[in-house]
Amino acid sequence: MDKFILGGHEFSSRFILGSGKYSLELIKAAVEQAGAEIITLALRRANGGELANILDYIPENVVKLPNTSGARTAEEAVRIARLARELCQSDFVKIEIIKDSKYLLPDNCATAKATEVLAKEGFVVMPYMYPDLQAARDMANAGAASIMPLGAPIGSNKGLCTLDFIQILIDEIELPIIVDAGIGKPSQACQAMEMGAAAVMVNTAIASAGDIPQMAAAFREAVSAGRKAYLAGLGEVRKFANASSPLTGFLRY
Amino acid sequence: MEDKFFNTTIYNEESRQTAQNLVADYLEYQEGMEVLASDMLEQVIALRAEYEPENFTEADVRRALRCEKRTLADFGALLSPAALPLLEEMAQAAQKERQKYFGNNVLFFTPLYLANYCENYCVYCGFNCHNKIQRAKLNAEQMEREMQAISATGMQEVLLLTGESRKMSDVQYIGEACKLARKYFKVVGLEIYPVNSEEYAYLHQCGADYVTVFQETYNSEKYGQLHLAGHKRCFPYRFYAQERALRGGMRGVGLAVLLGLDDFRRDAFAVGVHAMLLQKQYPHAEIALSCPRLRPIINNDKIKPLDVGERQLLQIVCAYRLFLPYASITVSSRECARVRDNLMSICANKISAGVSTGIGSHGGSGLGDEQFAIEDGRSLETIFTALEGRGLQPVMADYIFV
Repeated sequence: MDKFILGGHEFSSRFILGSGKYSLELIKAAVEQAGAEIITLALRRANGGELANILDYIPENVVKLPNTSGARTAEEAVRIARLARELCQSDFVKIEIIKDSKYLLPDNCATAKATEVLAKEGFVVMPYMYPDLQAARDMANAGAASIMPLGAPIGSNKGLCTLDFIQILIDEIELPIIVDAGIGKPSQACQAMEMGAAAVMVNTAIASAGDIPQMAAAFREAVSAGRKAYLAGLGEVRKFANASSPLTGFLRY
Repeated sequence: MEDKFFNTTIYNEESRQTAQNLVADYLEYQEGMEVLASDMLEQVIALRAEYEPENFTEADVRRALRCEKRTLADFGALLSPAALPLLEEMAQAAQKERQKYFGNNVLFFTPLYLANYCENYCVYCGFNCHNKIQRAKLNAEQMEREMQAISATGMQEVLLLTGESRKMSDVQYIGEACKLARKYFKVVGLEIYPVNSEEYAYLHQCGADYVTVFQETYNSEKYGQLHLAGHKRCFPYRFYAQERALRGGMRGVGLAVLLGLDDFRRDAFAVGVHAMLLQKQYPHAEIALSCPRLRPIINNDKIKPLDVGERQLLQIVCAYRLFLPYASITVSSRECARVRDNLMSICANKISAGVSTGIGSHGGSGLGDEQFAIEDGRSLETIFTALEGRGLQPVMADYIFV
């Protein structure tokens, strides 16, 4: 069986579902249709109040992956992660450190710092990052459980703009590489999986779909197809047809 | 030169007389006001002056609608009269951006008026020091009672407001209110008189993280005719409030013009320019916009927002959304339920509920009069249900104080 191992935990699904930007009532159906075993949520949305509290809508059987969105520095991310552990009863944390309100691009340097602190405290640390090999190595050395490079800016649905650089991380980093942010349609999720990504995370593509549960189901199939293709080993891509009369055919000795 | 945008509905005999006899000191800083080394004001004023709404064509508007990233010229086209016939297309495009950045989420908050004493003489405002209204200021106990009453409705974000009187509602007093508010709410915003960056830093320490200051109009001369006395008379000090707040450590700032005071197209254009420059200078800052139209006040029920009708209002908010897709946009209870709910679906993402603009009115005992007449007095529960019915997801808080 093809199992996805993350921070010592074993999962069958390689599709991590986001919970933002759509109706809380639809989370359960989306989780079911996605076959997701991990769901991310912004701790800042888990408000502890009685009205529209996201924690009340997440099914019991999925692992909660709180993120530190809202953090602008490593220190803030660490503080949010600690709060998240208390509130979500989960050691998993996705580090998001963002100092740009326009593109929401992550700060790799601060993310590596926060990774180190939180890994030492026993968290399963999953840093969201811009796909830079050196930064990924720093995060791996700091104790990250996976690396989460972005395909494109959060919410942009632009797909795998950083494809070549994600491939480098997949080739060079021993940890699971989870493509997070930017994936806008199932075909792109499939492509990331074919490349050898260990999993993908999707939110806006599903939140902005006409039929949310159905789009979640479409992603489930795409992720599964991409994984199978990766395991089967893709054939080589050739620019031209294979020459039937080889140039070296004249050689006799 | 004749002022085509002179709003006669806001003046009475007294304010008209005062305005005529004033000296032009509205660009001068007053004692104690911090002066920042920044030229953002000059930049905004220059770009506002260059903007000619009449010069845009339908083709300009269509191009602006097609773009993925919109320039300042595109923004100008979207605010121009040429865009009005394309309002449906604009609304469709704005809704797509809204969906991308905010999904179907709508943030909720409620304003809490702490005091209505004011030292300014702003001719259109119910709190102005020449308007004879019932003045009041909540003490700590009354504040807490108000907060308890609001919190009991399920509200998690509060916006603390005062009239602009440093004497009657000083920074210390507002700081204490912030500390108290942190006990009952997850998010504390401020809409108070502009202060220096050190004072913003103090209020941030007390628990506030968002500051809203409306410039009212970016036409400095018109500003001088409308703000006849007090601290608010100083146009540049007010303009730099957002920068001082961010330097003081606040997470986000809000800005707006009061639609109906001057040429709304140029003023809305200036809001966009100001917001864009703030985001460039302070990339981490969360930028929020409002779109208030003039409302009647106590002792003048004739005040009108001139040529800013519902169509124009929608045009402005769609233009904001298309130009600054990441900005939060609030529609206040100055607008009626029909307009607010539809704007939430199309282009705005933040709404106030359970609103009263008077002093002490949440706990049941009205102590002071209100700032302006509201059009949407619906409770949190009513708006929550109405928006859910439109397929929107109410969000009570999206924030952690760290």
